[in-house]
Amino acid sequence: MNDTLQLGADGRLRHLLTTEGLPRALLVEILDHAERYAPAAAGGGPRGGVKKLPTLHGKTVVNLFFEASTRTRTTFELAAKRLSADVINLQVGASSTSKGETLLDTLKTLEAMQVDMFVIRHEASGAAHFFARHAAPGVAILNAGDGRHAHPTQALLDMFTIRRHKPDFSKLCVAIVGDALHSRVARSDIHALRTLGAAEIRVVAPRPLVPAGIETLGARVFNALEPGLDGADVVILLRLQKERMVGAFLPSTSEFHRDFGLTRERLARLKPDTLVMHPGPINRGVEIEGDVAYGDHSLILEQVENGIAVRMAVMAMILADAGDRESAMGNREGRGGVAQ
Amino acid sequence: MKASSDPRHPNGEARPSVLIRNVRILDPAAGADGVGCVGLRAGTIDFRGVRPPRAAYDETVDGKGLWLMPGAVDLCARMREPGHVHKATMQSESAAAAAAGIAAVCVPPDTRPVIDNAAVVNRVNRIAKAAGGTYVYMLGALTRGLEGQALSEMSALKQAGCVGVSNGLAPMANPLIARRALEYASSLGLTVHVVPLEASLANGGCAHEGAVATKLGLAPIPVAAEAMAMRQWISLVEDTGARVHFGRLSSARGVALLESALARGLPVSADVAAHQLFLTDADIDGFDAMAHVLPPLREAADRDALRAAVASGVIAAICSDHQPHEADAKIDPFPLTEPGISALETLLPLGLRLVHEKLLTPLQLAARLAQAPAAILGIRSGALQAGAAADLVLVDPQLRWRLDPAALLSRGRNTPFAGAAFSGRALRSFPGVR
Repeated sequence: MNDTLQLGADGRLRHLLTTEGLPRALLVEILDHAERYAPAAAGGGPRGGVKKLPTLHGKTVVNLFFEASTRTRTTFELAAKRLSADVINLQVGASSTSKGETLLDTLKTLEAMQVDMFVIRHEASGAAHFFARHAAPGVAILNAGDGRHAHPTQALLDMFTIRRHKPDFSKLCVAIVGDALHSRVARSDIHALRTLGAAEIRVVAPRPLVPAGIETLGARVFNALEPGLDGADVVILLRLQKERMVGAFLPSTSEFHRDFGLTRERLARLKPDTLVMHPGPINRGVEIEGDVAYGDHSLILEQVENGIAVRMAVMAMILADAGDRESAMGNREGRGGVAQ
Repeated sequence: MKASSDPRHPNGEARPSVLIRNVRILDPAAGADGVGCVGLRAGTIDFRGVRPPRAAYDETVDGKGLWLMPGAVDLCARMREPGHVHKATMQSESAAAAAAGIAAVCVPPDTRPVIDNAAVVNRVNRIAKAAGGTYVYMLGALTRGLEGQALSEMSALKQAGCVGVSNGLAPMANPLIARRALEYASSLGLTVHVVPLEASLANGGCAHEGAVATKLGLAPIPVAAEAMAMRQWISLVEDTGARVHFGRLSSARGVALLESALARGLPVSADVAAHQLFLTDADIDGFDAMAHVLPPLREAADRDALRAAVASGVIAAICSDHQPHEADAKIDPFPLTEPGISALETLLPLGLRLVHEKLLTPLQLAARLAQAPAAILGIRSGALQAGAAADLVLVDPQLRWRLDPAALLSRGRNTPFAGAAFSGRALRSFPGVR
């Protein structure tokens, strides 16, 4: 059901809503594209050079964020700008909804401004699917995080980062540690890892933070850190939302850190080439010790950097394929004809 | 395909007399199922026999291949009036119910204003009478304003015509108030209708706790929300001997608790919404808001346990849990949509599916849809002997049709059964004299 919505009849990417059901070939193609974009993403090399590619010249990308975010929005913005797209950032708070405008009204109003792609973040699971279902033909939806459901570009950049260091997924044991219950990153990572054939995917957390039936997605559950990390090649730490955790889900953040925090001592007991990742922003002294966050094993900053290349690849693929479809259809009248 | 064009008349005198010949008569009260003739005059059965009578009727209907059964009594239907007329009106919904073979509906007290005093009861009665169509019964609020804190004036509510009391989906403040409310209701002979869903465990969730909700990232409602609420009310029934009806069961564990309470002779009963017998949480995959209901759709094993309980009679009644919505209520990301299905017009067709699937006999279906719910409410149901006032429905059990939401008579077009094929529906309703 999900993949029919995000894939076109030609099997190409129409929207990116979730990594669930994303065909392996397409997933790998995104990662390969991202490799090619990596130099441009990094700003054209150590001393400048060509910063912008003309790929999306004349296209309009709207970052439509219903949830506060600076980091993710910034990487989407940079990705679009480095592809020469026109970018508009809209932080939609309670303002428009309090005026009685529905989500659909918001989408339709913005669509009327000839937007080619919406990058959407919303606190409700299923929001990206909702927008994709109601978007006009030729308008693409890129999910930048919907509730607890999915954050596909984060998962793709995680896969990209892992692949650069450990290309053979079939040998990998990946441990995802922390608040899986509320985490869209955990869900999207699990789908992507499974598609790429990871040998073992683990969810490591105290039981209140493990969503029911996560095993059916292909993860093995561990309720203690030591056995959960034993033999792991990659450790993906999840952010603990301190405000909503304490009291209701966990006794205290310090107890969580005592039992589940990644410390130098714990890291020393793992394989010497274990990779440590985190979608950010990190809580120092909660899920991760400050030293570890920027230590030898950590790929946390690399993840941020790779995020731009991966998002460029996704945007370029969706909008380039959309362009192919339009020209194949004889450059329809109306909104199809306006770009360029 | 339409209801008797002439809705409820005060005395039924204006109605033409009708003779239905050679029809399969389903009479759950008598446990009888056989072919015969039934004559109707002024909302009353004036003849029942194997051969047609000599008396003349204005109209004769050949009932070959058709069923005549008591009109359904729907234990839970929201007509949306007063208070939510942007969703539907008494007029639209009672016409839809009558056309769908539903002779009477029972409205829960969560109208706006809440049905917690006699004035509101009278108001709803006036609106219903003006609308015609199906007959409308009411549950009064168990607590004032459904706030779970202070007992409502249940004696006055009963006097005004309420057939039971309920707090709907609103939680009770604590078990002590629940116990006192139960005792008070029972001293008036009122059944307390409970939708078992412990609010703190449901925790604002919108989907059954399990693999599908986890995959979709939807806030989960565990089965314990139902089981714990049932356990608590059953404990209070054990203390007090008061009557409790559990509405809208959703889980196998709920069924097991009901079964054990019944086995111990406790005065409890239960119903299930028809959609729970067909759909599961797999139907919300892809974020289908039309399948967003409360209590949530659970797993196949739960659905199968509910079906088995309906077959055995442990769950005595099937209701619609009708909740018509305006289109906008379902146009939003799944968790932000309003739960509920516009279900009046699929109640009987889904019931007929259970017969086609051999889960129920036709007579059992008539019992689950009419006789048992009438007994739970303590009202009369369509009797099928001469001299009785009769609310009857003529059913074509084989008529094939496809559900087009735009063709629903209900103002609410919110149904997960859009496009579904059905065999059988109500051909005509015969409202009884009141």
